[in-house]
Amino acid sequence: MQYSKEVLDHFTHPRNQGKIKNASSVAIVGNPRCGDIIRVYIKVGKNKKGEEIIQKTGFETLGCGAAIATSSMMTEMAKGKTLEEALKITNQNVVKKLGGLPSSKLHCSNLAADALRKAIKKYKDEKEKNKKVN
Amino acid sequence: MPKKRIYLDYAATTPVDKRVMKAMTPYFSEKFGNPSSVHIFGQEASKAVEKAREKIAVFFNCSPTEIIFTSGATESNNLAIKGAVKKFYTEPKNKGIKPRLITDSIEHSCVLNTCRSLEKEGLAEVVYIAPNKEGIIQIKDIAAAINENTLLVSIMYVNNEIGTIQPIATIGKFLEKENANRKRKILFHTDATQAVNYLDCDVEKLGVDLLSLSGHKIYGPKGVGALYVKKGTLLTRIQDGGEQERKMRAGTHNVPAIVGLGKALELVMKEKSKIAIKTEKLRDYLIARVLKEIPQSYLNGSAKKRIPNNANFRFDNVEGEGLLLSLDLEGIAVSTGSACASRSLEPSHVLLALGLKHEQAHGSLRLTLGKTTTRKEIDLVVNKLKVIIERLRKISGDVLKSFQ
Ligand SMILES: Cc1ncc(COP(=O)(O)O)c(C=O)c1O
Ligand SMILES: [Zn+2]
Repeated sequence: MQYSKEVLDHFTHPRNQGKIKNASSVAIVGNPRCGDIIRVYIKVGKNKKGEEIIQKTGFETLGCGAAIATSSMMTEMAKGKTLEEALKITNQNVVKKLGGLPSSKLHCSNLAADALRKAIKKYKDEKEKNKKVN
Repeated sequence: MPKKRIYLDYAATTPVDKRVMKAMTPYFSEKFGNPSSVHIFGQEASKAVEKAREKIAVFFNCSPTEIIFTSGATESNNLAIKGAVKKFYTEPKNKGIKPRLITDSIEHSCVLNTCRSLEKEGLAEVVYIAPNKEGIIQIKDIAAAINENTLLVSIMYVNNEIGTIQPIATIGKFLEKENANRKRKILFHTDATQAVNYLDCDVEKLGVDLLSLSGHKIYGPKGVGALYVKKGTLLTRIQDGGEQERKMRAGTHNVPAIVGLGKALELVMKEKSKIAIKTEKLRDYLIARVLKEIPQSYLNGSAKKRIPNNANFRFDNVEGEGLLLSLDLEGIAVSTGSACASRSLEPSHVLLALGLKHEQAHGSLRLTLGKTTTRKEIDLVVNKLKVIIERLRKISGDVLKSFQ
């Protein structure tokens, strides 16, 4: 498999790997059939302007080199971003930052940004729900 | 200093043995003649081709006239199966009849896709027999699939992924009995590509009409192979052109490669029993260490009916491509049945045929040993494998549980 240096670096030294305690939201994408499963953890806090930002990220990935590297890169890209900014991260952005992926890896193994968006949406939905309840 | 590389992918291909290379060398630019030429250059080349053919005939216990040189096992398998079907249609007595082919679902893609393309073109009906959980084809399933129009049974001698050995001689005997009271004789073909290095390939004992082999799996060159065609077996050629190979395979002979194939088989014949014993011991040691020292590890395919050089494992909560990549970064070359490592994005059809779930097939790893593999290499690989699997399992956490 012809992987870029960045992919190999993130694969061998994944950033933000592991569960995080008191996560604000957790989401999982992928399925056992296709082989790559990504679970992303986010902790939401506030910046100085009072906007909600992603303070901390974490991931667990069962999958190939590309799946692990994209997970790792995504968690790096999301950190410190406001929720609105983070929602704009696409799978393509992640791949670009990694210096590309072999073409066969572009769908199944490239789900990290989907996982992030799912986690953010889940967080927002929860918050909405709680608002209504209160 | 670059790391010493360890190759454990001998089922994919083997290096050309130095002695084979030496035998081939003169036929590139010194004795370069075309065997079909009448002059002395042609005679020299022709003599070399015929000498190789004789060596191969000795190996398979057949007549040299029963050997057809091809470009490899893929072509041999195509010729055997398509050639038999094509012949079937040339015979007036078969008018209006569609022949049935019987094969199994763990064949190499060159057999499976040959059968599928014949099906698609409406030229044959194909039955794909599933193996049992151990990866062995059952004769009763072949018996049940036979009908009046059955033309050919094609069962591989040794599976290339899980190394399981099929009961070819027993199937051969069964078909012989079956044929005794049939009008249309059933042809028996076996793809012996992965068997040649270690098993008895006497075509009489196997009871086959057609047998395929390849040069590059037996320390010979790539791009050369042969098809054994038992005398009297009805085949039509599938490649048109010159009159080479008794009009069965057109195209100028690949003389150096054919010489190499002959030499490679000569060496296998001489050294096979010793290498088989040594390799099997090492392989058993590898399997024992992995299963004992790596938790949640399993062997795919029968432990007993297995070629001496193959180990195929699966590991829970690990994906094979990541495993392969990690080993590759350590200079260790292996292969996997994971979808993530295949261009088709489908896991190995062989592992699925064993009844494994997709996620189990994704976590598989094949290690195939060669004649120069050492215990030290095996130890190194197992030690690395332990560390790598632990790391990858830590990364994967328990995500699979969310789906159970
Ligand atoms: C069982 C089997 N059949 C056929 C082939 C194809 O052989 P070749 O590369 O000579 O076409 C292989 C090798 O990949 C094989 O393992
Ligand atoms: Zn993948």
